[in-house]
Amino acid sequence: MEPNHSDEPDEVWVDADAGPVVRPYAMTRGRTQPTSGNFDLITIVMTVRAMSPVDVGLGPEHEAIVQLCQQPTSVAELSANLNLPVGTVRVLLGDLLSRVLIVASNPDPVTNPPGDDLFEAVINGIRRL
Amino acid sequence: MASGDSDVSNGLSVPKATKLLIAGGFGVGKTTLVGAISEIKPLRTEETLTEASIGIDNLDGVAKKTTTTVAMDFGRITISSHLVLYLFGTPGQDRFLFVWDELSTGAIGAVVLADTRRLDDSFPSIDYFEQRGMPFVVGVNCFDGARRYQPDEVRIALDLEPDVPVILCDARDRESVKSVLIESLRHAQRRAQRQRTPSPA
Repeated sequence: MEPNHSDEPDEVWVDADAGPVVRPYAMTRGRTQPTSGNFDLITIVMTVRAMSPVDVGLGPEHEAIVQLCQQPTSVAELSANLNLPVGTVRVLLGDLLSRVLIVASNPDPVTNPPGDDLFEAVINGIRRL
Repeated sequence: MASGDSDVSNGLSVPKATKLLIAGGFGVGKTTLVGAISEIKPLRTEETLTEASIGIDNLDGVAKKTTTTVAMDFGRITISSHLVLYLFGTPGQDRFLFVWDELSTGAIGAVVLADTRRLDDSFPSIDYFEQRGMPFVVGVNCFDGARRYQPDEVRIALDLEPDVPVILCDARDRESVKSVLIESLRHAQRRAQRQRTPSPA
């Protein structure tokens, strides 16, 4: 909160339609990179344990992730459901991973083309729908 | 290699995910297609990027950076307790092609959805996948009232390689979408089988 900005007009009050009051980077305290982990859009996250009073320094967004990830949830779904940019979600996930509150399952590295077993599994899965 | 096995850590069995891309021009029905088959209502995720992260200019030390928001719609299909498939609609504009790089990395297949009334709109997607060597099929979304073309007419108009499947479809229809997705996977699988001949890598 900067008290004075000479080039800004008088304070304008806005309602919720104007978007969140807290900027995404405030939730991450200015960090743009996670402290641990490497989170792809389709990395699947699951909660290991509930947050407890010893988990100091975590905010309501961390808690929301821990809640959502009781079911396996991708980074993209977290971003959509929490209405937060992916970059912000990655930083928050890094905090949770370093405290072993979550586990993350990354997609297989793309070195070679996928094997027949993956194609067959996905094709059969779609057929069954 | 890519077995789709789930990760076991901390005693939890966490599924792995893979993804398929749905590309095509604005308003061609990408999100409709995703919605026709996804088990969740299509969701939207946003990536906020600064000019610096776009990597064109070095803005170190420059106080004011332009931020851009790129939105991507996606859906989910649970294949098994070990494997989840995500369908990602690619953002339309050319200037977001670097987002496509992230999206297409690790994708097992791609569909270019085309509208015969505006075939030109599918060229950027086709060019992109051809340049990256990413296997794709063309799904011709048969809008009500649009003149029906034969797949071969579309193939010629789009100047496609002979092995690229062209399928007439209805992006609103679940069974039709299923066949397009399966065809895209079969096509990618044939490509992968051809590439899997021993090579130094």
